[in-house]
Amino acid sequence: MNTSVQSPQNGVKVIEKGTSLWADAFVRLKKNRLSMLGGIIVIAILFACFILGPVLGWLGFSATEQDLTNRFANPLSDNGLFGTDQLGRDLLMRVLEGGQISLLVAIMATVMTVTIGIIYGGIAGYIGGRLGNVMMRIVDGLLAMPFLIIVILFRELISGHVDEMARFLIDSWGWSTDLVLRYSNLVPLTFAIAGFGWLTMGRIVRTAAASLTKQEFVEAARSLGLSHARILFRHILPNMLGPVIIYATLTIPSFILYEATLSFIGLGIEPPNSSWGTLIKEGANYLETETTVLLIPAVLFSLTLFAFNFLGDGLRDALDPKASKD
Amino acid sequence: MLRTILSRLLQTVVVVFLLVTFTFFAIHAMPGDPFADAKATSPEEKAALEAYYGLDKPLPVQYFNWWKNVISNNDFGDSIAMKGRKVSTLISESFPVSLKLGLLSLVMGISLGIPLGIIAALYHNQMLDYLAMIIAMAGICVVAFVLGPIFQINIAKPLTSLNVAGWDRPADIILPAITLCFGVAAYLARLTRGGMLDVLSQDYIRSARAKGVPPLKIITRHALRPALMPAVTFLGPAFAAIITGSFVVENIFLVPGMGQHFVLGVTSKDYNLVLGLVLFYGILMGIANLLSDLVLIFMDPKLRTS
Repeated sequence: MNTSVQSPQNGVKVIEKGTSLWADAFVRLKKNRLSMLGGIIVIAILFACFILGPVLGWLGFSATEQDLTNRFANPLSDNGLFGTDQLGRDLLMRVLEGGQISLLVAIMATVMTVTIGIIYGGIAGYIGGRLGNVMMRIVDGLLAMPFLIIVILFRELISGHVDEMARFLIDSWGWSTDLVLRYSNLVPLTFAIAGFGWLTMGRIVRTAAASLTKQEFVEAARSLGLSHARILFRHILPNMLGPVIIYATLTIPSFILYEATLSFIGLGIEPPNSSWGTLIKEGANYLETETTVLLIPAVLFSLTLFAFNFLGDGLRDALDPKASKD
Repeated sequence: MLRTILSRLLQTVVVVFLLVTFTFFAIHAMPGDPFADAKATSPEEKAALEAYYGLDKPLPVQYFNWWKNVISNNDFGDSIAMKGRKVSTLISESFPVSLKLGLLSLVMGISLGIPLGIIAALYHNQMLDYLAMIIAMAGICVVAFVLGPIFQINIAKPLTSLNVAGWDRPADIILPAITLCFGVAAYLARLTRGGMLDVLSQDYIRSARAKGVPPLKIITRHALRPALMPAVTFLGPAFAAIITGSFVVENIFLVPGMGQHFVLGVTSKDYNLVLGLVLFYGILMGIANLLSDLVLIFMDPKLRTS
């Protein structure tokens, strides 16, 4: 709401701008030191993995070049910031490249989760009734499945098609084999994680949509004769962005965790490709004598999870002051 | 009360049925077959094996036969990947191991997480709160596959009384249980803190304070029971999940539990094993959810009337 006030000094009208919900939320977020720190770390890690890593790669640093005379070099030595791994590869480059894969999987799976969750949960919540209930019982049934079984199922169902696609891209379109194999490896995993992850998102969206549908402004929109699609996308959806954003931020770290867990047990990213999960797995094998090969990826991985979680918690408190416990 | 239980039981039956049906058709839709890895399996041998396990019949018939076998013979069939073993034997051998490990880590998780959450709520926005929440967050972020190896090298190695990995001595349960309990404790701490903060801001707590009830008594007699409700809701499914084993922890510490069967069953396309496990897991999940609902009804009188 804009209010005009007479400025006492010079008598000129000053337009005082109202603060929007988002500006308000940002002010609250800024007060939460821990989540601001989380946000800064998230940005730094995203920058390192998606910009610094490729730039260093372009400058000639390699994550795959082996140097067997320089195995397990110490960090901060001539052999790179983080030293080298069991095959003399630059650990910094390995960690940046692995992080890129881990984050890509988590972010893409989150985008898919949010999209499917909004469509499915939005429809189930908006139409409600028996059909909406049946839709949610299906979600309940799938949620009751053991996480690993559902993820492996989705992965196996998709990986055949992805392999075909990759071969097609290499053979017919002449794409670089290295590039295609590196990124095609993460597609089945992403689908598998999203295939499980959207269930919770669907539930959250349904709850929000169902309660919004009962509110007066939706009734008003209906009495104006707006179409269902317009009500859903212009009136209900914008009002659920809060919970969706909060959940999405908290979903990314849990998906990073899923990716690492699956890679750790050999069902995720497969060598020679690397992710934080595979790096931790390899590092654990040498723990008895060498600690850096486990600790560096593990610390970076945990730091990322910490940062995303604190940022998500802060966003929840900022966007939904009622839920924050002050 | 009885009606609530009956309707929940009926819902559980429906969910378990859906669960098994979905698993059945999904696992058969997966490319490949259980005999793909076996060395030098001739087409004739393969056909004979498929006939033996009934895999040559159309899918709906196989589906129907599986249920018939379960209901009329109480039998989950033979494992396909592990020749000569029955699915029920595999479950009855591995479940006690996972149950023991799961229960111990659950007890440890509860006795660590709930006090942590209460302390955090009582010292809300003070140093102790932040400390407790950072510890809880560490329980979520420092995962089992990082903790496990570190425990093995730094605790089990120097102490000769503990095996680095294995399941021969009673003491072998300790490290896997500790590794497993942190995740549970972390979630419980966060949920308990949230629940406690909710309750402490209620009017009846203020009234109790105004009447001069001692602070400790306010917590134990008035606040604790409603504050623990979110934690109890979480414990239902968590209980079912943790007593059916964790593949990661079993893998690190070489524990012969149930978690391995879930993963190896799907990857080797052992249809019978996977379906048996999913049915078993689904029933356990239903029972655990029902139990947690009953505890919630016991804890909250408001739930009793509806």
